[in-house]
Amino acid sequence: MRPLTPKRVALVCAALLGVLFVVVVISLRLGAYPISVADIVVTLVNGALKHWDRIPPEFSLVVFGLRLPRIALGIVVGAALSTAGAGFQALLRNPLADPYVLGVSSGAALGAIISLIATPHTAGALQASAFAGAMLTITAVYFLGRRGGQLDTATLLLAGIITMSFLSAVIMFLMTTLSGRDLRGMAFWLMGDLSSPTVDLRWLFLVLIIGVGCIYTTASDLNLILTGEKEAQHLGVNVQRVKFVVYVAASLLTGLAVSVSGAIGYVGLLVPHVVRMMWGTDHRLLIPTSAIGGAILVVAADTLARTIVAPTELPVGAMTAIAGAPVFIYLMRRRMR
Amino acid sequence: MSAPAQHGSAFGVQAYARVTSPHLRVAVEQATYAYEATDRSAPKFMLGPVTFEARQSELVAILGPNASGKSTVLKLLAGLEKPLSGRVQIDGTDVSSLDLRTRAQRIALVQQESELLFPLRVWEYVLQGRYPYGKRLRFESDEDCLFAGNALAQVSADALRDRWMDQLSGGEKQRVILARALAQHPSLLLLDEPTQHLDLGGKVELLRRLRRLADEQRYTVLVVTHELNLASEFCDRIVLLHKGKCRRVGTPGEVYERELLEEVFEAPLDVERRMGRRPRVMLREMD
Repeated sequence: MRPLTPKRVALVCAALLGVLFVVVVISLRLGAYPISVADIVVTLVNGALKHWDRIPPEFSLVVFGLRLPRIALGIVVGAALSTAGAGFQALLRNPLADPYVLGVSSGAALGAIISLIATPHTAGALQASAFAGAMLTITAVYFLGRRGGQLDTATLLLAGIITMSFLSAVIMFLMTTLSGRDLRGMAFWLMGDLSSPTVDLRWLFLVLIIGVGCIYTTASDLNLILTGEKEAQHLGVNVQRVKFVVYVAASLLTGLAVSVSGAIGYVGLLVPHVVRMMWGTDHRLLIPTSAIGGAILVVAADTLARTIVAPTELPVGAMTAIAGAPVFIYLMRRRMR
Repeated sequence: MSAPAQHGSAFGVQAYARVTSPHLRVAVEQATYAYEATDRSAPKFMLGPVTFEARQSELVAILGPNASGKSTVLKLLAGLEKPLSGRVQIDGTDVSSLDLRTRAQRIALVQQESELLFPLRVWEYVLQGRYPYGKRLRFESDEDCLFAGNALAQVSADALRDRWMDQLSGGEKQRVILARALAQHPSLLLLDEPTQHLDLGGKVELLRRLRRLADEQRYTVLVVTHELNLASEFCDRIVLLHKGKCRRVGTPGEVYERELLEEVFEAPLDVERRMGRRPRVMLREMD
């Protein structure tokens, strides 16, 4: 019997952060302007120490002006979607739950688009609207996915997919009201796009930490909820409070990710599953490792998306969907067996 | 069999086995409950009033046909529902007034096995029983591991600790579920039809184990079951329910009367009574 210890959580997270650092350096290295790994590390260290005068201006522009903000955005989006996925999976007791598959990302996207059309210049309206869209969608899917008062795995997925197609239709309808230039940008954004961080990254990280932190406070409760809500209640879990916290926080994280990057699919499905395969199902380890793993996946996928057919950029959402859809089918078939 | 010897006395007037053990653990006094009435229909189901008690180290069976209110009584005892009137107390405190964690420290409810979403090892599952003792996020202490290990030992499941839950047989799983309840270190153990998926050997073994837990570990055990003969053999006290009414409470000798059982279970039954033995229920031969 070897129960989970804080030390083990710290060690695994540190190792994953190391992997993330390597991926970040590789991502900084790749691109149209050549820059060596040594230069990147020196630039990063000087930047961290605020020795701006020691950094050549072209390195400063490429690393801090172009590539790092995009990577930071990838980290926020990946961590947010992956943690939201892990939260939804535990809460809905459904291993196939993911913000994208459940239609929550589409709900957030619809909220964002409505805000873009109705209140294009109001600060924060886009994010608030995306969050509201995510909340409304998960509430609708939750009630649609019930059969005989119980959450049913298949019904829930169907409810999510149908909600997603309905919301996509509404999004299409709204997009016809946009002019040509906006339309192309919007279509690209809907597929997932990290190229243009428009919001102060510090705010994004703050919301990310709040969202992930809220879900992490319920980690040991989620472990019990996995064995059934009633059983968890018998063991002393305040199930209603946990559900409320996780629904709101996961919707907040989805809204955050979608409002800055569009709908990037399958991250919330892929990462928690890989993490479970490697380190088990304990949410005290699963939540932080999923967050870091999600960051790694999205940064890596985005690096591929912008280099694989350079100078053309692919939407990062297309990359994650290419990897994620087969995994989804594999998991679904394994579950049906 | 460890216990029955101490209950022996003339049938029908068996004295309670543990009059000498005065600690009253569970007291249900005139408790009633009704499932919510809708505007259009009368209440679907009325329970009560039900009155009985259970002492430390007692094994009590709640018997009755389907829809007699057994599970509702168990819910009242577990604090999942609040009685409409009357009282349900554990160690002198109303169960419904206990907060969730305190309740989980005192009362463990073993229900029919649930489906696990992700694979879990036996020891991880049993450690979940220590949840009511942890602060939020607290990682399990050595003491928690000790309790979990003891709980596994009490149900003779040491050897299973590294197995996956979904690879256990029905009987093994039942033991592990019981171990998680024991890891809660409760004073009251409630079991909802624990014998349902077990073969005859498994049923006898489970009841024997519950008897031993009551005798040796001083648990108060309440078990909802359909097994009339096993209940008679192993339990100190029987609570017989029928259509939401509490028909009789007492020792098996006091409760097992042919006319009463025939009426309650709506079947032709015979009750065999032999000196010094527990009553036994059989199907009456049809003429």
